[in-house]
Amino acid sequence: MEFERPLAELEDKLASLKRVDLTDQPELAAEIAELEAEIGRIRETLYTGLTPWERVQIARHPERPKTDDYLASLFTDVVELHGDRLFGDDEAMFAGFGTLRGRRVAVLGHRKGKNTHENVRRNFGSSHPEGFRKAERLMHLADRFGLPIVTFLDTAGAYPGIEDEDRGQALAIAGCLAALSRVRVPVVVTAIGEGGSGGALAIGFGDRLIMLENAYYSVISPEMCATILHKDARRANEASACLQLTAADLLRRGLADEVVPEPLGGAHTDPPAVIEAIGDALDAALVSLAGISREALVVARYERLRAIGEFTGE
Amino acid sequence: MPISDWFKAREQRRYTAPTTTVSVADVPDGVWVRCEGCKRTLYMGDLERSEMVCPSCGKHHDITAPERLALLIDEGTFAEMDADLSSGDPLDFTSGKAYADQVVAAQERTGLPEAIVTGTASIGGHRVVIGVMDFRFIGASMGSAVGEKIARAFEMAATLRHPLVMVTASGGARMQEGMLSLMQMAKTSAAAARLAEMRVPYVAVLTNPTMGGVTASFATLADVIIAEPGALIGFAGPRLVEQTIRKSLPKGFQTAEALLEHGMIDMVVDRRELASTLALVLGYLQPGDE
Ligand SMILES: [Zn+2]
Repeated sequence: MEFERPLAELEDKLASLKRVDLTDQPELAAEIAELEAEIGRIRETLYTGLTPWERVQIARHPERPKTDDYLASLFTDVVELHGDRLFGDDEAMFAGFGTLRGRRVAVLGHRKGKNTHENVRRNFGSSHPEGFRKAERLMHLADRFGLPIVTFLDTAGAYPGIEDEDRGQALAIAGCLAALSRVRVPVVVTAIGEGGSGGALAIGFGDRLIMLENAYYSVISPEMCATILHKDARRANEASACLQLTAADLLRRGLADEVVPEPLGGAHTDPPAVIEAIGDALDAALVSLAGISREALVVARYERLRAIGEFTGE
Repeated sequence: MPISDWFKAREQRRYTAPTTTVSVADVPDGVWVRCEGCKRTLYMGDLERSEMVCPSCGKHHDITAPERLALLIDEGTFAEMDADLSSGDPLDFTSGKAYADQVVAAQERTGLPEAIVTGTASIGGHRVVIGVMDFRFIGASMGSAVGEKIARAFEMAATLRHPLVMVTASGGARMQEGMLSLMQMAKTSAAAARLAEMRVPYVAVLTNPTMGGVTASFATLADVIIAEPGALIGFAGPRLVEQTIRKSLPKGFQTAEALLEHGMIDMVVDRRELASTLALVLGYLQPGDE
């Protein structure tokens, strides 16, 4: 990533120094130690004062752990379900069942690919109407059979294509919003990467919202916001600061319940640790919701949504 | 003059309580305007008498929320709700045009406190709760105040057990309110889903344009969805779609007629028949048992 370039240059230099045979040049050892200390200091300042735009870039990092990684590491006995029963199956949306630390749950997740081939099949994680209709189908299933719902958000947004509009992209998202608001089972949302607008929201609210430190969740992409404000997508940096889209912003506003810290540099530097931490947070959230009656869950979720908004007047 | 200039001139006039009928009388019949559909020159008086629908080509020109109310509801039956609700500036959004200034400018231009007017009324003798969005107000985007007024309208319909009628027009979410705006989609959808569970009918009228977060939430969760002829209705804006797919868009893309053809809405109804159609539909949709 662009903002990491000074660090990368020093790390390259360190790597080349380490290849030198030190027995002949003892003074190099001191230089290496100094360089290592310098790199440590730079890492510290670089990653502790991250700007919102830098966090967005980390959230989009290709090596960042994805829904598939969480599925593989945290869940056993995974059953994937396919199709919306109307038109097709959308690989950009995972829907299925899994067992999380002994607890059977329904799982939904935006699905980015690991490579170009997967990303083409999955449309880079941007769902078509079929993905949302499959998700809605799973919500109703979970409701009927009493399975808590766990979701993973990681999408730039719903796909804006001609066929998507013709097949009712808006109606498909609205259907998810209505269903998710009324399911009589616990809903725990984890924002693991990108939370792009309506496509994220479709599976992106519930009884708890857990966010990774560098995940973002926004009403509009920073690039599109910059285009509207300044007619210049390159001013996404400024726009992302205005939109208050970071995990810390959402926590401060009471929209997120918990922020799970990431290692210095981002989740991709230590995926197993991050995935475990999300597992712990999910488990704790499900435990805290387990004793609540079906009716009380729906009432509490409604009140939680109703309380969102800042306006003047009564 | 082009009809858009006429609208601009009319915006200078102050908002009056929408209980009165549309003020057609104070525009002299002699004003000539050009229809944006067929480019014909029309008498303003003729156009207003046909509810701003071109008598020649049928083009439905945009109308304001007070005008819409005057056209739809039984005279003298409107009681406005939550008229004092308006936008704050929760994000202190000053990039581009400062949001707080935009709100004040919109209020002055339209005479409305926010982008939606809600209240109770009768349509063809049927008691309803009604909401009408006004596109002139920051594109009738859905911020916290708009979302709140919509949620309260759904809740009032639930309490009174009167059908809800929503006349939408919106560019979508109000980005200057960030995530608070996006969450209004969930909030209004939850209110719509709750009303449906309570077996109280909800009819939506989608007018030009209804886009983005409004289409993708409460607007399309209605029991019956009506749209006005030629209205642009969709999720992603046509420009974004064009840029994404790098092809030109098919003719009629995202129009009410296209949505009807694709099975997304129930009917396309001429504005001049809208009130009677609503009354007809409401006659069939009586609130069910609690
Ligand atoms: Zn015409």
